[in-house]
Amino acid sequence: MRTVKAEEITDKVRTLCLDAATKLGDDVKCALEGALKTEESPLGKDVLSQIVENYKIAEAGDQPMCQDTGLAIFFVELGSDVYIEGGTVEDAVNEGVRRGYEDGYLRKSVCDPITRKNTGDNTPAIIHLSTVPGDKVKIMIAAKGGGSENMSGIAMLKPAQGIPGLKDFVLKTIRESGGNPCPPIVVGIGIGGDFEKSAILSKKALFRPVGSVSEDAELAALEAELLEEVNALGVGPMGFGGTTTAIGVHIEKHPCHIASFPVAVNIQCHADRHKEVTF
Amino acid sequence: MTDTIRLTPPLSDEDTAGLKAGDRVLISGVLYTARDSAHKRLIELLDSGKELPFDIKGQLIYYVGPTPPKPGQVIGSAGPTTSGRMDIFAPRLFDLGLKGTIGKGQRSPEVIDSLEKNNAVYLAAVGGAAALIAKSIKKAEVIAYEDLGPEAIRRLEVEDFPAIVVNDAHGGDLFKAGVEKYRKKAS
Ligand code: SF4
Repeated sequence: MRTVKAEEITDKVRTLCLDAATKLGDDVKCALEGALKTEESPLGKDVLSQIVENYKIAEAGDQPMCQDTGLAIFFVELGSDVYIEGGTVEDAVNEGVRRGYEDGYLRKSVCDPITRKNTGDNTPAIIHLSTVPGDKVKIMIAAKGGGSENMSGIAMLKPAQGIPGLKDFVLKTIRESGGNPCPPIVVGIGIGGDFEKSAILSKKALFRPVGSVSEDAELAALEAELLEEVNALGVGPMGFGGTTTAIGVHIEKHPCHIASFPVAVNIQCHADRHKEVTF
Repeated sequence: MTDTIRLTPPLSDEDTAGLKAGDRVLISGVLYTARDSAHKRLIELLDSGKELPFDIKGQLIYYVGPTPPKPGQVIGSAGPTTSGRMDIFAPRLFDLGLKGTIGKGQRSPEVIDSLEKNNAVYLAAVGGAAALIAKSIKKAEVIAYEDLGPEAIRRLEVEDFPAIVVNDAHGGDLFKAGVEKYRKKAS
């Protein structure tokens, strides 16, 4: 058994929050700079060059790249040989969020859903906890803005609708979102499981590095086809029209009931702030 | 490609009439910020027959909720938020002389009609380009609803604030035209 102090989790989470807000990962930078070279629309190129310049300014000035510093979403993988001392994982993560968002001058964007009263410290975070073999802790964060999250969707399709039905749903969701989710976007798709499992998978898919392909050959092929079809929609950077609507399509799947075909689409904007740490 | 057009609010009917969907603009002068909660309060004021906290005639409203400024900063990061959430409020303000709004994403048919009727425009700034945009903001002062934090109404002084005309006062729509142009028809 390895003992990890809850305080250590809090510290790591605080740092993850600060880094996510100000430093875009190399995977996303590389995809955006690639898009800047291939985008056909002059206005689209303009937008992409502002986006690239923006994350450079943000990183150099240690400043949030976007004013919507997001809801903090976590996937935490806890080794089964780890004992957390001094509190629960959830409390430790939330304390890290509280400190990170305060210390980094990040915007607190969490409120009561009915009264709309801000909770004041960007908590509670959304935390998905699972156990894995071993004695390590892996914490993954996405600081996810509301604009792109709001454009996400879920459909309980009929099994007979198959892949064509899935594609129609995905493409319709993206076409109708237009410029709202700040394209170029990354599209996370969860197929199967049940209602909430598909949604969680679609979110988890977004944690994969942009540019990576699914380990499942069938899904990898579907990812490539969908990326091409999404970019053929013409939505373009910020919805102004163009050839870059998405810089990635990531798909995860899970077995489901014989009567069901759940499909969830989680949209991620170009400010694709995901970070992780293993310790 | 069109040249960049310079705008200095308050805008006249001629200023807005001259703008076309797809034009790039650089704004200098004053912008007012407001988003969901502030709009709700503005409309409540109007409903109870009271005056707005600023003279809206000819002005531009920027839909933004900035991050808190660090010590020494004028404002934190300050990119546009999704405009669609303000669709239910916007026509009322255009009727009172507001000349334009700045945000991201598409507007409702009601807003687009109101733009034509009132000779007003809808501009987009690049969503997520918040650190870049903040550099064009030279002064920021909360003028109403301080309790709303990032959603308070601020009076900004800007220099060369970059935006793009999405909906002009003549029915031009960059989203429609742009997407139509780059959509690849199924072969
Ligand atoms: S969708 Fe993303 S880039 Fe756009 S404003 Fe929201 S967080 Fe920022």
